[in-house]
Order: sequence, then structure tokens, then C-alpha cells
Amino acid sequence: MQRVGVFVCWCGSNIAGTVDVEAVSEALKNEPGVVFSTNYQYMCSQAGQDMIKEAVKEHNLTGIVVCSCSPRMHEATFRKTAAAAGLNPYMVEIANIREQCSWVHKDILTGTEKAIILGKAAIAKVNLNAPLTPGESPVTKRALVIGGGIAGIQTALDIADAGFPVDIVEKKPTIGGKMAQLDKTFPTLDCAACILTPKMVDVAQNDKIRIFSYSEVTDVQGFVGNFEVTIKKNARFVKEDICTGCGACVEKCPMKKNPNEFNLGMDNRPAIYIPFAQAVPKVATIDPNACTMLKKGKCGLCSKVCTAGAIDYTQKDEYLQEKYGAIVVATGFNPISMDKFDEFAYSQSKDVITSLEFERLTNAAGPSAGKLIRPSDGKHPHTIVFVQCVGSRCDACAQKGKEYCSKICCMYTAKHAMLTRDKYPDTEVYVFYIDVRTPGKNFDEFYRRAVEEYGVKYIKGMVGKVTPEGDKLKVQASDLIANKQLHIDADLVVLAAAIEPDKSARPLATMLTASMDTNDFFTEAHPKLKPVESPTAGVFLSGACQGPKDIPETVSQAGAAASKVIGLLCKDKLTGNPCVANSNELMCNGCSACANVCPYGAISYEDKEFRMPDRTTKVRRVASVNPAVCQGCGACTVTCPSGAMDLKGFANLQIMAEVDAICK
Amino acid sequence: MQKITREQLIDKASKLLSNGTVSCVLGWKLGDFDYDVTPAVFNTVEELNEGFVFNDFCGANFSKYLVAKTGKVDGKILVFLKPCDTYSFNQLLTEHRFDREKVYAVGIPCEGMADIAKVKAICGEGVLAIGTDGEKMTVATLYSDEPALIDAKDVLAERCENCKSKKHVAYDELLGEEGDVIESNRFDEVAKLEAMSADERFAFWQNELSRCIRCNACRDACPACTCEKCVFDNPTSGVENKSPANSFEEKLFHIIRAYHVAGRCTDCGECSRVCPQNIPLHLLNRKFIKDMNEFYGEYQAGAEVGMRAPLVDYTTEDLEPGEVFDRRDTDA
Amino acid sequence: MQVNEYKPLIVAFCCNWCSYAGADLAGNNRLNYPADVKIIRVPCSCRVNPMFVLRAFQRGADGVIICGCHPGDCHYTSGNYYTRRRMAALFSMLDYLGIEKERTRVEWVSAAEGAKFAATMNDFVETVTALGENKRLEDLRCKK
Repeated sequence: MQRVGVFVCWCGSNIAGTVDVEAVSEALKNEPGVVFSTNYQYMCSQAGQDMIKEAVKEHNLTGIVVCSCSPRMHEATFRKTAAAAGLNPYMVEIANIREQCSWVHKDILTGTEKAIILGKAAIAKVNLNAPLTPGESPVTKRALVIGGGIAGIQTALDIADAGFPVDIVEKKPTIGGKMAQLDKTFPTLDCAACILTPKMVDVAQNDKIRIFSYSEVTDVQGFVGNFEVTIKKNARFVKEDICTGCGACVEKCPMKKNPNEFNLGMDNRPAIYIPFAQAVPKVATIDPNACTMLKKGKCGLCSKVCTAGAIDYTQKDEYLQEKYGAIVVATGFNPISMDKFDEFAYSQSKDVITSLEFERLTNAAGPSAGKLIRPSDGKHPHTIVFVQCVGSRCDACAQKGKEYCSKICCMYTAKHAMLTRDKYPDTEVYVFYIDVRTPGKNFDEFYRRAVEEYGVKYIKGMVGKVTPEGDKLKVQASDLIANKQLHIDADLVVLAAAIEPDKSARPLATMLTASMDTNDFFTEAHPKLKPVESPTAGVFLSGACQGPKDIPETVSQAGAAASKVIGLLCKDKLTGNPCVANSNELMCNGCSACANVCPYGAISYEDKEFRMPDRTTKVRRVASVNPAVCQGCGACTVTCPSGAMDLKGFANLQIMAEVDAICK
Repeated sequence: MQKITREQLIDKASKLLSNGTVSCVLGWKLGDFDYDVTPAVFNTVEELNEGFVFNDFCGANFSKYLVAKTGKVDGKILVFLKPCDTYSFNQLLTEHRFDREKVYAVGIPCEGMADIAKVKAICGEGVLAIGTDGEKMTVATLYSDEPALIDAKDVLAERCENCKSKKHVAYDELLGEEGDVIESNRFDEVAKLEAMSADERFAFWQNELSRCIRCNACRDACPACTCEKCVFDNPTSGVENKSPANSFEEKLFHIIRAYHVAGRCTDCGECSRVCPQNIPLHLLNRKFIKDMNEFYGEYQAGAEVGMRAPLVDYTTEDLEPGEVFDRRDTDA
Repeated sequence: MQVNEYKPLIVAFCCNWCSYAGADLAGNNRLNYPADVKIIRVPCSCRVNPMFVLRAFQRGADGVIICGCHPGDCHYTSGNYYTRRRMAALFSMLDYLGIEKERTRVEWVSAAEGAKFAATMNDFVETVTALGENKRLEDLRCKK
């Protein structure tokens, strides 16, 4: 049996004005377990706290009930008081008789009556309280960044800058991501490579950062502070540490006709390749599907020309086990496939391209060396039609495209239109849009410049159909403002394809037990207040994997994610919330219902041997909760039919005792 | 009435026992009368020949027995599963309640089981022996000289009248022909109750549930009620109560039991079959099934292994608890 | 004031992060609602076991209301979505057993909705008061 002390606070007249505090402390004296009951003007004051401490000593109290303001206000205060008096801080319960009683009831009789009942409920609960100790777990002081685009790069640099080692896992042969493929960046029109490649070099030269390129994460175990990650290094058939990136092999390779992924298949690359000149790591990679040496055992030219001796046709996929304290997801985005948008004739004409393809066409390092040409005949296009929102903001019923706004298309289309008019003033440029959305610093000014200074023809309305006819593309569209149909003979049509999360995100989310929305974007722990944390402790989000984002936003989120990681890695030990779920394995059925509803993946199962009453042993599957991961919501407790799963601090019996006390 | 015979089952079981595929057989054993058949374990061919029965009263769903039995037996257990039993079998596998490797499941066809209460309603008390003759049944009673000849379909158990599936969703081997999932009218009774006024419903359930003697037969037979320790038996649960103290206790027990099996109940009907007070307990479970089907889309527990039950799942667009009634009130 | 006026007993389960804070805000803004409402703090609405709801009725509560964060705003991301399904099923079952559906309610109240909290409680108390004493689901033994 507990020895409970009850302390009723007047809160000046805040409580005492509508609650007879004397009557409350008097009435609660006779409750089960109560050995001491008093009231005082300001319980939270130093004098009030001292009064509690003294009472604990004098009356050997094991539990404390404070009838005062909301626990959201002073629960922490009184827990500290209890700790100072030598009690476990979780032996304190608060009866909220201010916000939820004296302040909302005018009549002193009803106020007092209710305060007594709330006090009784708190006493009933504290009688069942048990001392709780927050769990502690160590922190591996190393971070993993999954994805090596601008988001991953910035996060890694910021974490490394604070002195913590970071590994980047990138599935492509080089880091750089989508930004490396861009030409210029809005709204300043500085070239993407000029601002990205120095950062890539920084990453390569930073001794705190390791890059696992051409690699992927295949398994994640553990929890915040203690993740164990399996990384698969795909065989690139070139020894990374030896290759100097001289490019001799690339030049000599006879298998030259393979679609170049970096230029979105608009030109070709050899079987052995370096994606682009500034690639990091600058190391060649052999495409096993194109190399005749790997396929048929014939050729071996690259090996012969490689003076460093870096080619290794026998290289195998390699699996590495690494430990991390925190994981940042930066898996980025891709434009959606245009398969379902036949009306724009994407599959029929080479001159209907996506915006990302347009980026490569205007990029000095692209397939046309920066000359804006028609992919079909290499001629300069004189009329270009840009179509906005292709697959963005779609009707859910249409079963194609995405419901959300891809956010970046309005701005990059304005950029494309502007750059085209700037370089080729003889080109007519039309942009068809639903709305122009430019809410960013200097964004609207940028768009207006495209219209006002560069004479880009913005037309509100959608393109209904594109029909290739001869060397022209017949564009049928509607102008909603003029309320008429338009027919334009275009040379080039550019589709602002919606963006979607990378396909690797979904399996990764499963490994991380991080949650995703229906569009496969990672969900943040709180949409406003925890935008870079995933609900899974120790997993953070950076860049477009969380939602469509432009570069400035991505970089700022990357920095925010890095600061959260640094904050975590700075700690030597993690102290958890002790109010976590725990499973009584004697009652557990091992049915997995609790794990199904756990938003944090905190519950795992093991087969355990049990001694049965008849002295035999039985192996049963039982749940165990990782207290470092559990956040204490209690969802699991209700799914558990046997009641094996319970929540510390809010146990079934405690809540039922409160119910009983209130309903007496 | 059954298409498959006792001899066929004994033959199958004997072969599997003899060739070492299984080490024991879960089957039905005759009680004092033809109709009080009970589940039993047979370890040898002799035991089978002696005690194994199969008739129109072999309703017991063996899935649940596997939970305890698989932990105790070396080697495999042969279990005969009627179509409806296979759903429970899958559901228990979903919940990791037994080791699939330790079971050899033989699917057997089922033509529907008989309800002794219905037989007695027609032929009177004192039933001595029941024989089958095609679609007919012969019933000998204490009080008549000649056995009565009745239609087998007139005494079909409620759950078999509303059979939801003649298809086996799990087995290692199938005897006889595979059937289909059936569009049954099993929710009609529930709908009828829903259409009543609240007072009428209260009166109906008060009448039904007040007969409960808290014998726990429904729980003990239910293949979803396999908890290592039931909350109602657990002194530390705070709701432990072994006998009904008043009219509310039975409701609490039955509501909580139905809630605990909601989304997991395969509607096998064992609860109502074993209830000595003939309380239509399946109407509680079916209410949950019907609601969840209507609210969250069709869901048949146990149709496949590894499915996620509606109550451990959600969508962001689910209807609000208040809307449940709005919907019904506008329908009415 | 009438002396023998019927006063219902209302148990309100409020999640710590939204609704309990919303109730506090109602207090801060001195928004009145009947003292018949007694709040029990739970970490999340998904902590509310149907057993607690029945327990309250068994011990003589006349109404039970569960308040949580708005769907999509749950502190634990998904807790209130489970609450929504569980309580929809439970309330429908209670109604099926002939227990007045107005005695149970789920309401989403954010930490900023002090006014909504007070209005909800006023409305709920009024509804339950109109129904009168809960006779169908109470356990007489537990009444003093």
C-alpha cells in the first residue's frame, strides 16, 4: 500500500476562488492510502515545494498527489520536487483543478465537489503507480545519408562539419543527383554545375565523409542511436581505389551504343563509362548488360588500356555491415512516366520531350553541347510549346498522374521559357498553365520578367492534344481567358512532368519502419513542428523524398535534418520516455496485432521457452517492446486481447481505477 | 447427408499414420448418443477403427486444437478440416498461433451439419439413434416405436443454412471435390435487428443474454479465443469475473469477447453451436463483420494467411464514429 | 437553483497532446461547461480501450466521450485513425444492443480549440441530460 500525500494548491485565488480548498484537502484525507493532506497558497513556489519535501520525509510518503493547475504546466516541476525529496519522480500525479475545474465552473459548491472527485481519481491512480526509470541506450556517433543528391550532399557536409563521420549511400555511380543534370537554376540563373560540383568535391575531400556509390541499403536493424545497416556495393568491375578516372577505357571501349542515362537516353555511352566529367567519385563503371567481356568473355580492351590496372572483371557484389546512430533519407524524386499521357504524343514524336530532357538539351555538357535543337532532325525550333501540370494536380478519379502539385514546374518552365527567348529571340514561346504558382523569394518577380521582359506567351488553359504532322506538332489547346480554341504549329513541345518519389523509397521505408503517405512520400513526425523528423526515432528526412521541393528549400531542409542529427549524435546516451509499452510474456499470444498498429516499429517477436505447470517446456512466440523506440501512444495495448500489452504510467488498471473513482 | 464417409476418412488417416506422415489424428469420437460427438486424438489405426466417427453432428472446428496440440506432439498432426474450418486455420496461422509445419491438413467436403435442437423440435425429446439415408434422416426416440423419417435439410444448423463457403482456403490434401464461396444471406438476421427500434433491440438482447450462465463454452470453443490467458480469467486484468453478477456482466463479457475477436472472427459459428442456452451469439460477431464490411470494404478473416484485419488498419478517409449513425438514419 | 435537478455523470477521455490541452485552453479562456464532465488524461485517444468505456457505464456513467487530435494531426501520426475505427465499431455494437447511441461520442478537439471543447461538452451534457439516467448499462452494485 502506498503512503500518499495530498497537496491542494490555492493558486492564489485562481483555484481558491471557486473551490473550497480546505474542504478538498479535508475530504481527501480519508481516501485509501492517504496519510497526509494539506493545502497551501502556491504549491509551485519554493515554499510550497519545500512543504512537499518535508512531508515526504516526515510521513514517509511513497506517492504524491498535487491538486493544482494542469499537469502540462507543472507536472515537471513537481516531479523534480519529488526527486529532490528522494522519491521516484513518476510517483507524482496531478489533479487538474484549475484549468479543468476552478476556471470553468462558477459555483463554489460544484467546483469543490468536482475538485474532490478529480483528487480521488488522482489518488486512485497514484496508488497503482510504480517507480519508473527511463531507459538509456548508447549512441553510435556516425550518420548514414541515403541518397547523394543535393539534399544528401548538404546534409552530409553539415554533419561532417560538426565533426561527426557520415556515410553517403548512392545507388548511381556518382553523387550529384538530379541537380547535376540541370542547366541553370531559378531564380538567379546561375549554372547548376557551378554551384553543385564544388560541393561534390568538398564531399570527396572531406575525411569525415565516406561515399558508397553504386550501392544500396538492403537491410536496417536496430533503433535510434543503434542502427545496424547492411549496404550492398554493386560490382562495378573497376577497382575504385585504383582507378584514376583518366577515361582511356571509356574512349577505347568498342561497345559505344548504349543509351546514356545521364542524358536521359538522348545520346549514347560506352559499356564502360563515367557518367559526367565532374563525377564523384570519378571512377569508371562497367555496365554488365553491355560489356561483351562480362557477357561472352571476349574483348578485354579496357583492361589492356588501363595503365593503373583498375579493371577487375571478377569483381562481385559486396555486402558491408555498418553501425549508425542516425539515418537521413534523401532518396529524392523522378519525373513520372509519360506512358499514360498519350494525348501529348510523347511516345510518337522525338520532339515531344519532358522538362528534364529539355534541361539536358540546353546544358553545355548535354547531348547537343547546349544548342537548343529538335531531337528528331537537329534543326533549331522556332515555336516551342510548354505544357504545365502534366500529371500534377490530377483528378483522383482520372487514374493517371498525381493529385498533388509538383511545386517546381512553374518556376523551371518560366526559366526554360526565359532562357530560350534570351538565347534565341526569334523563337516563339507559349506556356499553357492552370495556375502559375510562384510563392518564393524573388519567384514572382522572376516569372513576371519572363512575361514582361522576355515576351513569353502565357496562356491560361490546357493543351488537349498534340498531333505530329510532317515535321510539325499540331497543338490543340484552349485559352480560357479569351474563351477560344487555339491551334499552334509547334516545333518542340515540352511537358512539365509531375515528380514522384524515387521507386527505392517504398522498400526503404519498410526497412526503416518509417511511414509514407499514399503517394510514397515519407511522412514527417509532425507536419508543422517536426518537418524533418520521421515518426521513427533516429530517422530524418531531407529533400524531395518528403514532398516536392526546389533547391533552396531542399538545401534548407537538408541543413535542418543535419542539425537534428548533430543534436542526436552529440549525446552520449539517449534517455527515453519511461512511459512506454511493455508486454507480459506470460500472457502474450504472439499474434502480431500490436506490431501491426505500432507506428514506430518498436515491437519485435522472439521464440521463447516457457516452463509449463506440468514441468514440460513449450516454445512460444512473444512480443517484446524496445523502450528506446516506443513513444508510448498505447495503440498496441488496445489491440491486445489478452491484455498482455500494457503502458507504463497509463496502465489498464490505473485508468480503470480513475474511471471507478470518478463514477463512484 | 455427408458425401464423404467415415470409412474414407479412416482409410486416409490409417494410411498417413502407417506411412509415418503423421503421428496422430485429430478427429471426432462418438459420445453417448449419435449426436454428442466430441473431438478426440487418435494415435493408432486400432483407435481409429474403434472410435472414429463421422456423421452430421461432426461440427467441431479443429483449428483451435492445433494451438495446444502442435506444441505437445512430435511429428505432424493430421487434421480434418471442413471448408469453414479452413478459414479459422488460416486466421490462426496469420496470428502465428501454431507451426504450419507440424500439421497435415486434409480438406473434407461438408454438406452442412445438423442441429440436434432442430431434430428434437421435430421428433421430440428422448432421441436414441440417428441414421442417415440420402437426403433423409432416421430418428429413433424413446417415445415412438417406429423411427421418424425427416428431411436432413430441415434440421440444418443455422450456420450451415447460411454457409458462406464450400471452398477450402487451406489444405495439404483435399478429399472429394472443391466447392465455391457462397453468396449467403448470413447478414439478414443482423439487418432485421438493425431495423428494430432501440427499445426492441434492447429487449431482444436482454432476453437472449440474460440466459447466459457464464459457462464460457462460447469462448472455449471459439477458434479466435486462443489467448494464453483470457482477461476474464485473469485476476490482474481488473475485469476478471467468473460468473455473472447481474444483467450487465453478461453484456460486458459478450461485448468485449465479440470486440476482441472482431476482425479475426471467421464466422464459423462455433460460439452459437456450443451455447447450452442457445443464445444466438453469432449475431454479435456478424454485426461486427457486417459493419466492418460496410465501413471499410469486404473483409473475410482467414481467406488468406497474412491479411491485415480492419481494426489494425486504417485509411485517412475512414468514416467518423458519428457518421455510422447518420448513415443508418438517412437509410431508414 | 433546483436542488434535486438530475445531473448526469460524464467521463471524458482526452489525449494529452490536443484535447487535454484544448480543455486547458477552455479553462484559460474561462469558457464554462458543466462540472458533470470529468476528464481522464490519456497519452493518445488510441489508448482508450473499449473496456474503459464499458467500465465507465458499468460503474454508473451516463455518457462517455473520447476526444483526440484531428485526424492527420495525431502526435503519434496514426493513433486517432485506430480510435476512429475502434469506436465506430464499438458504438455501432452498443447501439445494436439497444443502448442509446447518444451516450457515446468521439470528437476531435485540437489544442487551439478551447471554444470547441467547451461547446462540445455543453452539447454532450445537454444531450445526455435529456436522455436521463443510464439504466441500460449500469451496474447497480456500484452505486452508492
